[in-house]
Amino acid sequence: MSPDAAANTGWEPVMGLEVHCELNTETKLFCGCRNAFGDEPNTNVCPTCLGLPGSLPVLNVRAVEYAMRIGLALNCEVRPSIFHRKNYFYPDMPKDYQVSQYDAPINVNGWLELPDSSRVRIERAHMEEDTGKTSHIGGGGRIHDADHLLVDYNRAGVPLVEIVSAPDIRSSTQARLYASELRGILVATGASDGRMEEGSMRVDANVSVRRAGTVELGTRCEIKNLNSLRSLGRAIEYEIERQIGLLEAGDKVVQQTRHWNEDQGTTVALRSKEEAFDYRYFPEPDLVPVAPDARWQSEVAASIGPMPAERRAKLAALWGPEPLSHARAEQIATVVEHGLDGLVTAAAAAGVQSALALARASNEASARPEEARGLDVSAFVTLVRMEQDGKLSATQAKTVLTDMLDHAGDPAEIARRHGFEALDTGSLETVVAEVVGAHPDEWQRYVAGEDKLGGFFTKHVMQVSNNRADGKAVAAELRRLRG
Amino acid sequence: MTGPPGSATSAAPGARPSPALDIARQVRAGSISAVEVVDRYLAAIDALDGELHAFVTVLHDAARHEGEVIDRRVAAGEDPGPLAGVPVALKDNMCTRGIPTTCSSRILDGWCPPYDATVVQRLRAAGAIVIGKTNLDEFAMGSSTENSAFGPTRNPHDPTRVPGGSSGGSAAAVAAGLAPLALGSDTGGSIRQPAALCGVVGMKPTYGTVSRYGLVAFASSLDQIGPFTTTVTESAVLFDVIGGQDLMDSTCLERPVPRTVAALADGVEGLRVGVVSELVNDVDAEVGARVDQAAEALAAAGAHVEACSIPELRHGLPAYYIVAPAEASSNLSRYDGVRYGLRVEADTAEAMNAATRAAGFGPEVKRRIMLGTYALSAGYYDAYYGQAQKVRTLIIDALALAYQRFDVLLGATTPTTAFAIGAKVDDPWSMYLSDVCTVPSNLAGHPAITVPFGADDSGLPVGVQVLAPALGEPVMFQVAAVLEGRAPVLAPPRVHA
Repeated sequence: MSPDAAANTGWEPVMGLEVHCELNTETKLFCGCRNAFGDEPNTNVCPTCLGLPGSLPVLNVRAVEYAMRIGLALNCEVRPSIFHRKNYFYPDMPKDYQVSQYDAPINVNGWLELPDSSRVRIERAHMEEDTGKTSHIGGGGRIHDADHLLVDYNRAGVPLVEIVSAPDIRSSTQARLYASELRGILVATGASDGRMEEGSMRVDANVSVRRAGTVELGTRCEIKNLNSLRSLGRAIEYEIERQIGLLEAGDKVVQQTRHWNEDQGTTVALRSKEEAFDYRYFPEPDLVPVAPDARWQSEVAASIGPMPAERRAKLAALWGPEPLSHARAEQIATVVEHGLDGLVTAAAAAGVQSALALARASNEASARPEEARGLDVSAFVTLVRMEQDGKLSATQAKTVLTDMLDHAGDPAEIARRHGFEALDTGSLETVVAEVVGAHPDEWQRYVAGEDKLGGFFTKHVMQVSNNRADGKAVAAELRRLRG
Repeated sequence: MTGPPGSATSAAPGARPSPALDIARQVRAGSISAVEVVDRYLAAIDALDGELHAFVTVLHDAARHEGEVIDRRVAAGEDPGPLAGVPVALKDNMCTRGIPTTCSSRILDGWCPPYDATVVQRLRAAGAIVIGKTNLDEFAMGSSTENSAFGPTRNPHDPTRVPGGSSGGSAAAVAAGLAPLALGSDTGGSIRQPAALCGVVGMKPTYGTVSRYGLVAFASSLDQIGPFTTTVTESAVLFDVIGGQDLMDSTCLERPVPRTVAALADGVEGLRVGVVSELVNDVDAEVGARVDQAAEALAAAGAHVEACSIPELRHGLPAYYIVAPAEASSNLSRYDGVRYGLRVEADTAEAMNAATRAAGFGPEVKRRIMLGTYALSAGYYDAYYGQAQKVRTLIIDALALAYQRFDVLLGATTPTTAFAIGAKVDDPWSMYLSDVCTVPSNLAGHPAITVPFGADDSGLPVGVQVLAPALGEPVMFQVAAVLEGRAPVLAPPRVHA
């Protein structure tokens, strides 16, 4: 756990997060253009998402369904809703207004329970369209000295859901936990891929502090440009300290939007409340109200699989009723976060050691979640069983799994191709004896009690046996020889 | 100059000539070629439009080409549709693929839409030929077609006078015989007012019956495309062609639009007609007298005619001049110099944006953007936009009450006949008053039609307006057809093909 900046200062931080997530629909929110990341600029565009004169929006029903999935997964009430126009000029906005939901959003009044059992209320989760992307080219390459401003409208009109939490978050740790749990939920609903690095999940943090024990909220600042959970945590820590510093010096916090500078580790003011835009919201006259009826809602509710909390509990249950070690809980969280819990439950159901399956799923598989989700589950189970039965050493099992992630295949076949086959006990004894004989000085020191030389011998045994030896078996043999 | 083809062969004895229907009949029968029709109209435009300036763009080559296609289809035994070979003029705020669409504004300088408006697709599917794009008040904001970046259009009945607006080019084109049919858009009266001033039939459909896809938005909740025609029958035919659900416009009604042509001959026997005092009392005496005369004509034809008062309609104009500019201020934001149209270069994107809009928009457009921006601003929304929307509900409720007693309502279309060019340009409020009789139908989303009904003492046309409830087009056309049949004869325009 990271230290929390406000601990023992007499100040209490109060935070709420606004999370924008791109929905992974096939097409955009109001037109039939492809919703895809990374295509050639300005290829997924049409009169509507370019805001050409005369064009009109037509609501993507799938986006509404995805928004409902998110709302229902966050325990929200799904309500009849309308769209508004949020008016402001910016080159990446084709119409110079954004179609968004304002005072009648589709999802309201939900909550999210975090793995630490704390609850964060969700005020709303509403639909809106994304903007295009600008890049500043030439000159100094920065906003103020660039020669050219280029705009890619592929992203314009991509459906977003903005999830606004209540100011229920009290520490950077909790904020990270919330963002991480929310990401897991977004992925679990199938509505979004939750990738912060690609910007498909974007987090803004509203941060304020108040005297511990007081009720009234302090003046808040909104922090933007948080591109990873790490940035989120760092930015909040910085901002809490900045605000406490101001207040302790007798100054005031000015309500403003601030930009997180990752390199410098600081937040800088973008604009104050007085400079805030007047968005001149009014109901979007080109669209009709969206009022999902009870039947549609229950259909959508039924289509959502179990959420991360339930899936973690299911994995934890494999270890019986005792509390889990921190390390195991972390492994379970990792596996569920990457949607790989099916591997572990399948292994358990097949009678294979859960711990071994969890280790492979949370390490090698979770390192490449995309490919791992495409793994053949029974092949994975077979692999873990081979390792459990001593047919593969741990190192060999990892190599085979890597091959399976690269280009699928049968684990036994892959092991054969590599010439993998764990050494039988007799061969192992021979190899160990050979290595001991080749390094008499080191052996003397090991026998005299220099335990760390155990690693030296194991390493050599592995080399000599072409990784076919099992590390644990080697250690046991060494101990046996030492007497 | 010979008259347009077909003008001599009217549908029935005593009926008015229906140039569009006559052309379609002859083209479908193969007795006249579509190219010949196009050539005659192009010749008329070339001869007369220098004086009228009804057109912003004339599609000489494209129209002839479309005519050839129609002729080939007829020769191959196909039926190109109910408007086979009929030239249609489009108000230049409807998108036409590869053809400049200007909204009579400098800000769209050089822009050619990459797509056709839905109405354009439907016209083509019915065999019609787009012959040109007509002049308008910039972005349809105005009542005289003087707010055009390309100069005013003149009234064919008196070229020193305005044709009305904002669809003045379309109205003048049909009145002068430069096109048998035209489309306009009506946000607060922009079809009906110029139709009345030019002596033609102009109709605003029920909101949601005609797709707005491809209509450059002025005020989205009020805009509706509709026909300009010489006769009521043609108006119904053209409405039937362009109307109906369009999946590209979410505000289009899902239910089928009533077919109107069938109702035309039903007469008004037994129909209840309310003459609305708010649409008669404050208009010029000569205009009011024609409305009275129209009411008498309907009574003579068997309708129950009664005077009525709907006081809420008085709030229509102020509410309209909040709602329309508010929506316009947002709709016109996109003209920012970034993607299309005019760009005035500057050091930053913001400065470029400001310079482009300063240079690209005319004074009336700027006035309405400022009015609308103000009306939507934080702290003013409830007092202006919110309040105006309540007035709108009030008007809808009041009209609903009136339609419990009446099948249709009758009133003037405009407070005056055509006024002199320049007479009101420096007095926006008096210009805005031109819409006083027409805005209620837009605020309510109801259909209304203006039918020429004689002239004032100077020989300038007067229009009489028939209002109907939502989707009441059949009964509206029914009454309009009777009025047309009993209307005093109107002298042909001074400028006419």
